[in-house]
Amino acid sequence: MPPTVPTGTTSFDSSLPWALHPQVSLRPESFGALAYHFGTRRLSFLKSPTLLAVVSSLAAQPTGRDACTAAGVAPDDLPNYERALTTLAESGMICERRAP
Amino acid sequence: MTLVTTERPTTGRPTTERPTTERLVDQFQLGLDAPICLTWELTYACNLACVHCLSSSGRRDPRELSTAECKTLIDEFERMQIFYVNIGGGEPTIRRDFWELVDYATDHHVGVKFSTNGSRITPEVAERLASSDYVDVQISLDGATSDVNDAIRGIGSFDTAIRALERMAAAGFVGFKLSVVVTRQNVSQLDAFKALADKYQAQLRLTRLRPSGRGADVWDELHPTADQQRTLYAWLLAHGEQVLTGDSFFHLAGYGESLPGLNLCGAGRVVCLVDPVGDVYACPFAIHDEFLAGNVRSPGGFDRVWKSSDLFTDLRRPDTGGACRSCGSYDACRGGCMAAKFFTGLPLDGPDPECVLGNGEALLAAVGDTVLPQSSPDHSRTSPRTAPGGPDLSGPSATPVAVALLPRRPDRACDENPLAAFDPHSHPH
Repeated sequence: MPPTVPTGTTSFDSSLPWALHPQVSLRPESFGALAYHFGTRRLSFLKSPTLLAVVSSLAAQPTGRDACTAAGVAPDDLPNYERALTTLAESGMICERRAP
Repeated sequence: MTLVTTERPTTGRPTTERPTTERLVDQFQLGLDAPICLTWELTYACNLACVHCLSSSGRRDPRELSTAECKTLIDEFERMQIFYVNIGGGEPTIRRDFWELVDYATDHHVGVKFSTNGSRITPEVAERLASSDYVDVQISLDGATSDVNDAIRGIGSFDTAIRALERMAAAGFVGFKLSVVVTRQNVSQLDAFKALADKYQAQLRLTRLRPSGRGADVWDELHPTADQQRTLYAWLLAHGEQVLTGDSFFHLAGYGESLPGLNLCGAGRVVCLVDPVGDVYACPFAIHDEFLAGNVRSPGGFDRVWKSSDLFTDLRRPDTGGACRSCGSYDACRGGCMAAKFFTGLPLDGPDPECVLGNGEALLAAVGDTVLPQSSPDHSRTSPRTAPGGPDLSGPSATPVAVALLPRRPDRACDENPLAAFDPHSHPH
Protein backbone atom coordinates (compact mmCIF):
# COMPACT_ATOMS: atom_id res chain seq x y z
CA MET A 1 0.00 0.00 0.00
CA PRO A 2 1.28 3.49 -0.71
CA PRO A 3 2.33 5.38 2.35
CA THR A 4 -0.57 7.48 3.47
CA VAL A 5 0.37 11.10 3.64
CA PRO A 6 -1.29 12.58 6.69
CA THR A 7 -4.01 14.95 5.69
CA GLY A 8 -5.35 17.87 7.61
CA THR A 9 -2.15 18.22 9.61
CA THR A 10 -2.24 21.54 11.32
CA SER A 11 0.54 23.58 12.68
CA PHE A 12 1.24 22.98 16.31
CA ASP A 13 -0.83 24.91 18.84
CA SER A 14 0.54 24.37 22.33
CA SER A 15 -2.73 25.34 23.98
CA LEU A 16 -4.49 22.31 22.49
CA PRO A 17 -4.41 18.66 23.59
CA TRP A 18 -2.05 16.43 21.56
CA ALA A 19 -1.09 12.78 21.31
CA LEU A 20 1.34 10.56 19.53
CA HIS A 21 -0.21 9.29 16.27
CA PRO A 22 -1.51 5.73 16.83
CA GLN A 23 0.69 4.41 14.00
CA VAL A 24 3.88 5.83 15.54
CA SER A 25 6.35 3.87 17.66
CA LEU A 26 9.01 5.42 19.85
CA ARG A 27 12.36 3.78 20.52
CA PRO A 28 14.44 5.40 23.25
CA GLU A 29 18.13 5.91 22.40
CA SER A 30 20.93 7.56 24.34
CA PHE A 31 20.52 10.80 22.37
CA GLY A 32 16.73 10.86 22.78
CA ALA A 33 14.61 8.59 20.61
CA LEU A 34 13.72 7.36 17.19
CA ALA A 35 10.10 7.77 16.15
CA TYR A 36 8.79 5.68 13.28
CA HIS A 37 5.48 6.22 11.52
CA PHE A 38 4.23 2.96 10.02
CA GLY A 39 1.75 4.78 7.80
CA THR A 40 4.11 7.23 6.14
CA ARG A 41 7.26 5.12 6.67
CA ARG A 42 8.99 8.17 8.04
CA LEU A 43 11.58 8.19 10.74
CA SER A 44 12.22 11.12 13.03
CA PHE A 45 15.09 11.64 15.40
CA LEU A 46 14.12 13.19 18.70
CA LYS A 47 17.38 14.71 19.72
CA SER A 48 16.91 15.08 23.46
CA PRO A 49 15.66 12.83 26.25
CA THR A 50 13.51 15.73 27.43
CA LEU A 51 11.75 15.87 24.07
CA LEU A 52 11.10 12.14 24.37
CA ALA A 53 9.55 12.78 27.79
CA VAL A 54 7.39 15.55 26.31
CA VAL A 55 6.17 13.43 23.41
CA SER A 56 5.55 10.40 25.61
CA SER A 57 3.41 12.40 28.02
CA LEU A 58 1.37 14.33 25.43
CA ALA A 59 -1.63 12.04 25.65
CA ALA A 60 -1.79 12.34 29.43
CA GLN A 61 -1.54 16.14 29.59
CA PRO A 62 -4.32 18.64 28.94
CA THR A 63 -2.25 20.68 26.49
CA GLY A 64 1.03 20.57 24.60
CA ARG A 65 2.46 23.24 26.85
CA ASP A 66 1.51 21.27 29.96
CA ALA A 67 3.38 18.29 28.55
CA CYS A 68 6.46 20.48 28.15
CA THR A 69 6.21 21.90 31.66
CA ALA A 70 5.63 18.48 33.19
CA ALA A 71 8.74 17.18 31.45
CA GLY A 72 10.77 19.98 33.02
CA VAL A 73 11.19 22.30 30.02
CA ALA A 74 12.28 25.71 31.29
CA PRO A 75 10.20 28.71 30.13
CA ASP A 76 13.14 30.04 28.10
CA ASP A 77 13.35 26.74 26.29
CA LEU A 78 9.67 26.52 25.39
CA PRO A 79 10.03 28.04 21.90
CA ASN A 80 12.63 25.39 21.04
CA TYR A 81 10.32 22.60 22.08
CA GLU A 82 7.31 24.13 20.38
CA ARG A 83 9.32 24.27 17.17
CA ALA A 84 10.20 20.62 17.55
CA LEU A 85 6.57 19.71 18.19
CA THR A 86 5.56 21.74 15.14
CA THR A 87 7.92 19.66 13.00
CA LEU A 88 6.44 16.49 14.46
CA ALA A 89 2.89 17.72 13.86
CA GLU A 90 3.65 18.64 10.25
CA SER A 91 5.01 15.17 9.53
CA GLY A 92 2.02 13.54 11.21
CA MET A 93 4.03 12.04 14.09
CA ILE A 94 1.78 13.72 16.64
CA CYS A 95 -1.80 14.75 16.14
CA GLU A 96 -4.38 16.88 17.82
CA ARG A 97 -6.45 15.01 20.34
CA ARG A 98 -10.15 15.60 20.73
CA ALA A 99 -10.80 16.74 24.28
CA PRO A 100 -12.53 14.01 26.28
CA MET B 1 19.70 23.58 18.55
CA THR B 2 17.24 21.66 16.43
CA LEU B 3 15.52 19.02 18.48
CA VAL B 4 13.91 17.03 15.70
CA THR B 5 15.05 15.75 12.38
CA THR B 6 12.62 13.96 10.16
CA GLU B 7 13.82 11.39 7.78
CA ARG B 8 12.36 8.82 5.43
CA PRO B 9 14.42 5.78 6.32
CA THR B 10 13.87 3.83 3.14
CA THR B 11 15.70 6.66 1.46
CA GLY B 12 18.08 8.01 4.03
CA ARG B 13 16.68 11.29 2.82
CA PRO B 14 15.57 14.05 5.13
CA THR B 15 12.17 15.52 4.55
CA THR B 16 12.40 18.64 6.60
CA GLU B 17 16.02 19.40 7.18
CA ARG B 18 19.31 17.65 6.98
CA PRO B 19 20.52 15.72 9.98
CA THR B 20 23.92 17.28 9.78
CA THR B 21 24.32 18.32 13.37
CA GLU B 22 27.56 16.72 14.36
CA ARG B 23 26.08 15.49 17.53
CA LEU B 24 23.65 13.14 15.80
CA VAL B 25 26.26 11.81 13.40
CA ASP B 26 28.57 11.25 16.35
CA GLN B 27 25.82 9.36 18.11
CA PHE B 28 25.36 7.15 15.08
CA GLN B 29 29.10 6.57 14.93
CA LEU B 30 28.90 5.23 18.48
CA GLY B 31 26.07 2.88 17.56
CA LEU B 32 22.43 2.60 18.53
CA ASP B 33 20.54 0.16 20.76
CA ALA B 34 19.17 -1.47 17.61
CA PRO B 35 19.84 -0.95 13.92
CA ILE B 36 17.87 1.64 11.96
CA CYS B 37 18.30 -0.27 8.76
CA LEU B 38 18.50 -4.04 8.93
CA THR B 39 18.83 -6.16 5.83
CA TRP B 40 17.73 -9.75 6.15
CA GLU B 41 18.55 -12.09 3.33
CA LEU B 42 16.11 -14.97 3.59
CA THR B 43 17.70 -17.39 1.15
CA TYR B 44 20.70 -17.82 -1.10
CA ALA B 45 18.43 -19.50 -3.65
CA CYS B 46 17.76 -17.47 -6.77
CA ASN B 47 16.27 -18.17 -10.18
CA LEU B 48 18.56 -15.54 -11.69
CA ALA B 49 22.35 -15.33 -11.69
CA CYS B 50 23.08 -11.61 -11.90
CA VAL B 51 26.75 -11.02 -12.61
CA HIS B 52 27.08 -8.46 -9.81
CA CYS B 53 25.17 -10.33 -7.07
CA LEU B 54 26.38 -9.04 -3.70
CA SER B 55 25.66 -12.32 -1.96
CA SER B 56 26.86 -14.67 -4.74
CA SER B 57 23.41 -16.26 -4.66
CA GLY B 58 22.13 -19.18 -6.67
CA ARG B 59 21.74 -22.34 -4.62
CA ARG B 60 19.90 -22.61 -1.34
CA ASP B 61 22.12 -23.24 1.67
CA PRO B 62 20.98 -26.35 3.59
CA ARG B 63 21.70 -24.55 6.86
CA GLU B 64 19.22 -21.74 6.18
CA LEU B 65 17.02 -20.68 9.09
CA SER B 66 13.84 -22.70 9.47
CA THR B 67 10.42 -21.09 9.57
CA ALA B 68 10.39 -21.41 13.37
CA GLU B 69 13.84 -19.85 13.65
CA CYS B 70 12.80 -16.98 11.38
CA LYS B 71 9.78 -16.33 13.59
CA THR B 72 11.94 -16.35 16.71
CA LEU B 73 14.19 -13.80 15.04
CA ILE B 74 11.17 -11.63 14.15
CA ASP B 75 10.10 -11.81 17.81
CA GLU B 76 13.52 -10.50 18.70
CA PHE B 77 13.25 -7.68 16.14
CA GLU B 78 9.95 -6.74 17.73
CA ARG B 79 11.46 -6.69 21.22
CA MET B 80 14.32 -4.51 19.98
CA GLN B 81 11.81 -2.23 18.24
CA ILE B 82 13.38 -2.66 14.85
CA PHE B 83 10.67 -0.83 12.98
CA TYR B 84 11.14 -2.51 9.64
CA VAL B 85 13.45 -4.90 7.84
CA ASN B 86 14.69 -4.94 4.27
CA ILE B 87 14.22 -8.48 3.07
CA GLY B 88 16.32 -9.73 0.19
CA GLY B 89 18.27 -12.74 -0.93
CA GLY B 90 18.72 -14.50 -3.27
CA GLU B 91 15.16 -14.21 -4.43
CA PRO B 92 13.24 -14.16 -1.14
CA THR B 93 9.87 -15.06 -2.67
CA ILE B 94 11.31 -18.47 -3.58
CA ARG B 95 11.01 -19.54 0.05
CA ARG B 96 7.80 -21.51 0.54
CA ASP B 97 7.17 -19.74 3.82
CA PHE B 98 7.84 -16.26 2.41
CA TRP B 99 4.30 -14.91 2.77
CA GLU B 100 3.87 -16.61 6.11
CA LEU B 101 6.97 -14.78 7.36
CA VAL B 102 5.87 -11.44 5.87
CA ASP B 103 2.51 -11.80 7.63
CA TYR B 104 4.19 -12.83 10.86
CA ALA B 105 6.49 -9.81 10.77
CA THR B 106 3.76 -7.28 10.07
CA ASP B 107 1.53 -8.86 12.74
CA HIS B 108 4.41 -8.28 15.15
CA HIS B 109 4.98 -4.62 14.33
CA VAL B 110 7.96 -5.22 12.09
CA GLY B 111 7.35 -3.58 8.73
CA VAL B 112 8.73 -5.27 5.63
CA LYS B 113 10.28 -3.97 2.47
CA PHE B 114 11.37 -6.75 0.19
CA SER B 115 13.49 -6.83 -2.94
CA THR B 116 12.51 -9.07 -5.81
CA ASN B 117 13.34 -9.68 -9.45
CA GLY B 118 9.59 -9.68 -10.05
CA SER B 119 9.30 -13.25 -11.26
CA ARG B 120 6.70 -14.16 -8.65
CA ILE B 121 4.66 -10.98 -8.74
CA THR B 122 1.47 -12.46 -10.13
CA PRO B 123 -1.65 -10.28 -10.46
CA GLU B 124 -2.93 -11.93 -7.25
CA VAL B 125 0.29 -11.15 -5.36
CA ALA B 126 0.21 -7.55 -6.61
CA GLU B 127 -3.38 -7.21 -5.33
CA ARG B 128 -2.40 -8.61 -2.00
CA LEU B 129 0.58 -6.25 -1.70
CA ALA B 130 -1.53 -3.26 -2.66
CA SER B 131 -3.91 -4.00 0.18
CA SER B 132 -1.24 -4.17 2.87
CA ASP B 133 -0.22 -1.14 4.90
CA TYR B 134 3.03 -2.57 6.18
CA VAL B 135 4.69 -4.06 3.13
CA ASP B 136 6.74 -2.23 0.56
CA VAL B 137 8.24 -3.73 -2.57
CA GLN B 138 11.38 -3.07 -4.50
CA ILE B 139 11.71 -4.46 -8.03
CA SER B 140 15.23 -4.73 -9.40
CA LEU B 141 16.12 -3.65 -12.91
CA ASP B 142 19.62 -2.80 -14.09
CA GLY B 143 18.95 -1.49 -17.57
CA ALA B 144 16.20 0.71 -19.00
CA THR B 145 16.38 -1.45 -22.11
CA SER B 146 16.45 -5.23 -22.31
CA ASP B 147 19.93 -5.39 -23.88
CA VAL B 148 21.58 -3.44 -21.08
CA ASN B 149 19.55 -5.12 -18.33
CA ASP B 150 19.76 -8.69 -19.57
CA ALA B 151 23.54 -8.51 -19.96
CA ILE B 152 23.69 -8.07 -16.18
CA ARG B 153 20.64 -9.93 -14.92
CA GLY B 154 20.14 -12.62 -17.55
CA ILE B 155 18.08 -13.15 -20.67
CA GLY B 156 14.39 -12.45 -20.15
CA SER B 157 14.84 -10.67 -16.83
CA PHE B 158 13.91 -7.29 -18.32
CA ASP B 159 10.55 -8.55 -19.55
CA THR B 160 9.94 -10.24 -16.20
CA ALA B 161 10.59 -7.04 -14.27
CA ILE B 162 8.47 -4.91 -16.60
CA ARG B 163 5.60 -7.36 -16.29
CA ALA B 164 5.87 -7.07 -12.50
CA LEU B 165 5.85 -3.26 -12.74
CA GLU B 166 2.72 -3.45 -14.88
CA ARG B 167 0.99 -5.73 -12.41
CA MET B 168 1.87 -3.56 -9.43
CA ALA B 169 0.54 -0.49 -11.22
CA ALA B 170 -2.60 -2.34 -12.30
CA ALA B 171 -3.23 -3.35 -8.69
CA GLY B 172 -3.05 0.29 -7.67
CA PHE B 173 0.14 0.11 -5.59
CA VAL B 174 1.47 3.64 -5.80
CA GLY B 175 5.02 4.39 -4.72
CA PHE B 176 6.64 0.96 -4.80
CA LYS B 177 10.33 1.09 -5.65
CA LEU B 178 12.13 0.52 -8.94
CA SER B 179 15.65 -0.34 -7.83
CA VAL B 180 18.66 0.15 -10.08
CA VAL B 181 22.34 -0.51 -9.47
CA VAL B 182 24.21 2.20 -11.37
CA THR B 183 26.81 0.80 -13.76
CA ARG B 184 29.06 2.05 -16.52
CA GLN B 185 26.56 0.56 -18.98
CA ASN B 186 23.36 2.11 -17.62
CA VAL B 187 24.49 5.48 -16.29
CA SER B 188 23.42 7.03 -19.62
CA GLN B 189 19.89 5.75 -18.98
CA LEU B 190 19.12 7.66 -15.77
CA ASP B 191 16.40 9.73 -17.43
CA ALA B 192 14.93 6.60 -19.01
CA PHE B 193 14.81 4.87 -15.60
CA LYS B 194 13.07 7.89 -14.15
CA ALA B 195 10.53 7.84 -16.97
CA LEU B 196 9.91 4.12 -16.40
CA ALA B 197 9.35 4.66 -12.69
CA ASP B 198 6.98 7.56 -13.39
CA LYS B 199 5.06 5.52 -15.93
CA TYR B 200 4.23 2.87 -13.32
CA GLN B 201 3.80 5.34 -10.44
CA ALA B 202 6.85 3.84 -8.78
CA GLN B 203 9.70 5.63 -7.09
CA LEU B 204 13.16 5.32 -8.58
CA ARG B 205 15.90 4.09 -6.28
CA LEU B 206 19.52 4.19 -7.43
CA THR B 207 22.28 2.41 -5.57
CA ARG B 208 25.99 2.00 -5.91
CA LEU B 209 27.68 -1.01 -7.47
CA ARG B 210 29.90 -2.71 -4.89
CA PRO B 211 32.82 -5.04 -5.55
CA SER B 212 31.20 -7.59 -3.23
CA GLY B 213 30.15 -11.17 -3.93
CA ARG B 214 30.15 -11.79 -7.67
CA GLY B 215 30.36 -8.02 -8.03
CA ALA B 216 34.07 -8.41 -7.36
CA ASP B 217 34.47 -10.34 -10.61
CA VAL B 218 32.89 -7.66 -12.77
CA TRP B 219 33.63 -4.50 -10.83
CA ASP B 220 36.47 -3.44 -13.13
CA GLU B 221 34.20 -3.56 -16.17
CA LEU B 222 31.00 -2.30 -14.55
CA HIS B 223 31.83 0.43 -12.08
CA PRO B 224 31.20 3.96 -13.40
CA THR B 225 34.15 5.91 -14.77
CA ALA B 226 35.26 9.13 -13.09
CA ASP B 227 33.40 11.19 -15.71
CA GLN B 228 30.28 9.11 -15.21
CA GLN B 229 30.48 9.62 -11.45
CA ARG B 230 30.38 13.36 -12.00
CA THR B 231 27.38 13.01 -14.33
CA LEU B 232 25.64 10.85 -11.75
CA TYR B 233 26.37 13.34 -8.98
CA ALA B 234 24.91 16.22 -10.99
CA TRP B 235 21.87 14.13 -11.89
CA LEU B 236 21.26 13.16 -8.26
CA LEU B 237 21.61 16.76 -7.08
CA ALA B 238 19.16 17.90 -9.78
CA HIS B 239 16.57 15.28 -8.81
CA GLY B 240 16.90 15.67 -5.04
CA GLU B 241 13.92 14.32 -3.19
CA GLN B 242 12.39 12.52 -6.14
CA VAL B 243 14.99 9.79 -6.31
CA LEU B 244 16.00 7.49 -3.47
CA THR B 245 19.58 6.37 -2.96
CA GLY B 246 19.62 4.54 0.38
CA ASP B 247 22.48 6.88 1.28
CA SER B 248 24.47 4.90 -1.24
CA PHE B 249 26.56 7.61 -2.86
CA PHE B 250 27.99 9.51 0.07
CA HIS B 251 31.47 9.06 -1.39
CA LEU B 252 30.38 11.58 -4.08
CA ALA B 253 30.08 14.29 -1.41
CA GLY B 254 33.76 14.96 -2.08
CA TYR B 255 32.65 16.92 -5.17
CA GLY B 256 31.34 19.65 -2.91
CA GLU B 257 27.71 19.70 -1.93
CA SER B 258 26.58 16.71 0.10
CA LEU B 259 23.80 14.59 -1.24
CA PRO B 260 20.86 14.28 1.16
CA GLY B 261 21.27 11.54 3.74
CA LEU B 262 23.31 10.66 6.76
CA ASN B 263 26.58 10.64 4.84
CA LEU B 264 28.39 8.12 6.90
CA CYS B 265 29.22 4.44 6.74
CA GLY B 266 26.62 2.88 8.99
CA ALA B 267 28.19 -0.59 9.07
CA GLY B 268 27.70 -2.15 12.49
CA ARG B 269 26.58 1.23 13.81
CA VAL B 270 23.12 1.80 12.35
CA VAL B 271 23.14 -0.91 9.66
CA CYS B 272 23.74 -4.64 9.53
CA LEU B 273 22.96 -7.77 7.59
CA VAL B 274 21.50 -11.08 8.73
CA ASP B 275 22.23 -13.71 6.10
CA PRO B 276 20.12 -16.82 5.33
CA VAL B 277 22.05 -19.03 7.78
CA GLY B 278 21.75 -16.45 10.56
CA ASP B 279 25.23 -14.98 10.28
CA VAL B 280 25.31 -11.30 11.18
CA TYR B 281 27.58 -9.10 9.07
CA ALA B 282 28.38 -5.41 9.48
CA CYS B 283 26.61 -4.49 6.26
CA PRO B 284 24.99 -6.12 3.20
CA PHE B 285 28.08 -5.42 1.12
CA ALA B 286 30.54 -7.08 3.47
CA ILE B 287 29.83 -10.80 3.45
CA HIS B 288 33.28 -11.87 4.60
CA ASP B 289 34.67 -13.42 7.78
CA GLU B 290 36.41 -10.13 8.51
CA PHE B 291 33.00 -8.49 9.00
CA LEU B 292 31.19 -11.42 10.58
CA ALA B 293 30.02 -10.39 14.04
CA GLY B 294 28.24 -13.58 15.13
CA ASN B 295 25.20 -15.75 14.48
CA VAL B 296 21.60 -15.33 15.60
CA ARG B 297 21.54 -18.99 16.66
CA SER B 298 24.18 -18.45 19.33
CA PRO B 299 23.23 -17.76 22.98
CA GLY B 300 21.89 -14.25 23.37
CA GLY B 301 20.70 -14.25 19.77
CA PHE B 302 20.76 -11.23 17.51
CA ASP B 303 20.44 -8.82 20.41
CA ARG B 304 23.75 -9.89 21.89
CA VAL B 305 25.53 -9.82 18.54
CA TRP B 306 24.27 -6.30 17.87
CA LYS B 307 25.00 -4.93 21.31
CA SER B 308 28.20 -6.61 22.35
CA SER B 309 30.02 -8.46 19.58
CA ASP B 310 33.72 -7.60 19.42
CA LEU B 311 33.44 -6.54 15.77
CA PHE B 312 30.58 -4.11 16.24
CA THR B 313 32.14 -2.70 19.40
CA ASP B 314 35.29 -2.09 17.41
CA LEU B 315 33.43 -0.46 14.49
CA ARG B 316 31.78 1.96 16.92
CA ARG B 317 35.07 3.38 18.12
CA PRO B 318 35.73 6.91 16.90
CA ASP B 319 37.15 6.94 13.39
CA THR B 320 40.57 8.51 13.03
CA GLY B 321 40.32 9.07 9.29
CA GLY B 322 43.70 7.46 8.65
CA ALA B 323 45.30 8.47 5.36
CA CYS B 324 42.26 10.63 4.56
CA ARG B 325 42.53 12.75 7.69
CA SER B 326 44.46 15.56 6.06
CA CYS B 327 42.08 15.71 3.06
CA GLY B 328 39.75 18.70 2.98
CA SER B 329 36.89 16.51 1.84
CA TYR B 330 37.08 13.98 4.66
CA ASP B 331 34.24 15.54 6.63
CA ALA B 332 32.05 15.24 3.54
CA CYS B 333 32.78 11.72 2.34
CA ARG B 334 34.10 10.15 5.58
CA GLY B 335 36.48 8.04 3.52
CA GLY B 336 33.72 6.31 1.58
CA CYS B 337 32.58 2.70 1.65
CA MET B 338 34.34 0.17 3.87
CA ALA B 339 33.30 -2.80 1.74
CA ALA B 340 34.40 -1.15 -1.51
CA LYS B 341 37.84 -0.60 -0.01
CA PHE B 342 38.13 -4.06 1.45
CA PHE B 343 37.20 -6.02 -1.66
CA THR B 344 39.47 -3.94 -3.88
CA GLY B 345 42.40 -4.54 -1.54
CA LEU B 346 42.63 -0.99 -0.19
CA PRO B 347 43.29 -0.17 3.47
CA LEU B 348 40.09 0.53 5.40
CA ASP B 349 41.41 3.79 6.80
CA GLY B 350 42.30 5.20 3.38
CA PRO B 351 40.36 6.51 0.38
CA ASP B 352 37.48 4.78 -1.38
CA PRO B 353 38.45 3.10 -4.70
CA GLU B 354 36.09 5.55 -6.40
CA CYS B 355 37.34 8.58 -4.42
CA VAL B 356 36.22 11.54 -6.53
CA LEU B 357 39.54 13.28 -5.97
CA GLY B 358 41.31 10.35 -7.59
CA ASN B 359 43.11 9.29 -4.41
CA GLY B 360 41.89 5.72 -4.76
CA GLU B 361 43.17 5.12 -8.28
CA ALA B 362 46.88 5.31 -7.51
CA LEU B 363 46.44 2.95 -4.60
CA LEU B 364 44.43 0.54 -6.74
CA ALA B 365 47.24 0.47 -9.29
CA ALA B 366 49.64 -0.47 -6.50
CA VAL B 367 47.37 -3.34 -5.43
CA GLY B 368 47.81 -4.74 -8.95
CA ASP B 369 47.50 -8.49 -9.27
CA THR B 370 47.64 -9.36 -5.60
CA VAL B 371 45.09 -11.95 -4.56
CA LEU B 372 42.19 -10.00 -3.15
CA PRO B 373 39.80 -10.99 -0.39
CA GLN B 374 36.55 -12.46 -1.63
CA SER B 375 33.14 -12.78 -0.09
CA SER B 376 33.11 -15.89 2.06
CA PRO B 377 30.23 -18.13 1.06
CA ASP B 378 29.67 -18.61 -2.67
CA HIS B 379 26.28 -20.09 -3.54
CA SER B 380 26.57 -19.44 -7.27
CA ARG B 381 25.14 -22.23 -9.38
CA THR B 382 28.03 -21.86 -11.79
CA SER B 383 30.82 -20.01 -10.17
CA PRO B 384 32.34 -17.43 -12.48
CA ARG B 385 35.41 -17.82 -10.32
CA THR B 386 35.86 -21.40 -11.44
CA ALA B 387 38.79 -21.44 -13.80
CA PRO B 388 38.75 -24.04 -16.59
CA GLY B 389 40.03 -27.27 -15.12
CA GLY B 390 39.46 -25.96 -11.62
CA PRO B 391 37.46 -27.74 -8.95
CA ASP B 392 33.81 -28.40 -9.65
CA LEU B 393 31.93 -26.17 -7.27
CA SER B 394 28.46 -26.99 -8.47
CA GLY B 395 28.07 -30.23 -6.58
CA PRO B 396 26.56 -30.59 -3.13
CA SER B 397 29.95 -31.15 -1.55
CA ALA B 398 31.21 -27.74 -2.60
CA THR B 399 32.67 -25.81 0.30
CA PRO B 400 33.58 -22.17 0.69
CA VAL B 401 37.10 -23.28 1.51
CA ALA B 402 37.65 -24.60 -2.00
CA VAL B 403 36.48 -21.29 -3.43
CA ALA B 404 38.76 -19.32 -1.20
CA LEU B 405 41.80 -21.05 -2.70
CA LEU B 406 41.05 -19.74 -6.16
CA PRO B 407 42.26 -16.43 -7.48
CA ARG B 408 39.45 -13.94 -7.12
CA ARG B 409 39.35 -12.65 -10.62
CA PRO B 410 40.04 -14.23 -13.99
CA ASP B 411 42.92 -12.68 -15.92
CA ARG B 412 40.47 -11.45 -18.47
CA ALA B 413 36.74 -11.69 -18.95
CA CYS B 414 36.11 -15.31 -19.70
CA ASP B 415 33.49 -16.66 -22.07
CA GLU B 416 31.20 -17.54 -19.20
CA ASN B 417 30.91 -13.89 -18.38
CA PRO B 418 27.75 -12.55 -20.07
CA LEU B 419 29.51 -9.22 -20.41
CA ALA B 420 32.45 -10.67 -22.32
CA ALA B 421 31.03 -9.56 -25.65
CA PHE B 422 29.30 -6.51 -24.25
CA ASP B 423 30.09 -3.19 -25.85
CA PRO B 424 28.42 -0.35 -23.98
CA HIS B 425 28.97 2.03 -26.91
CA SER B 426 26.66 0.00 -29.09
CA HIS B 427 23.81 0.59 -26.66
CA PRO B 428 22.81 4.23 -26.79
CA HIS B 429 19.81 5.37 -24.78
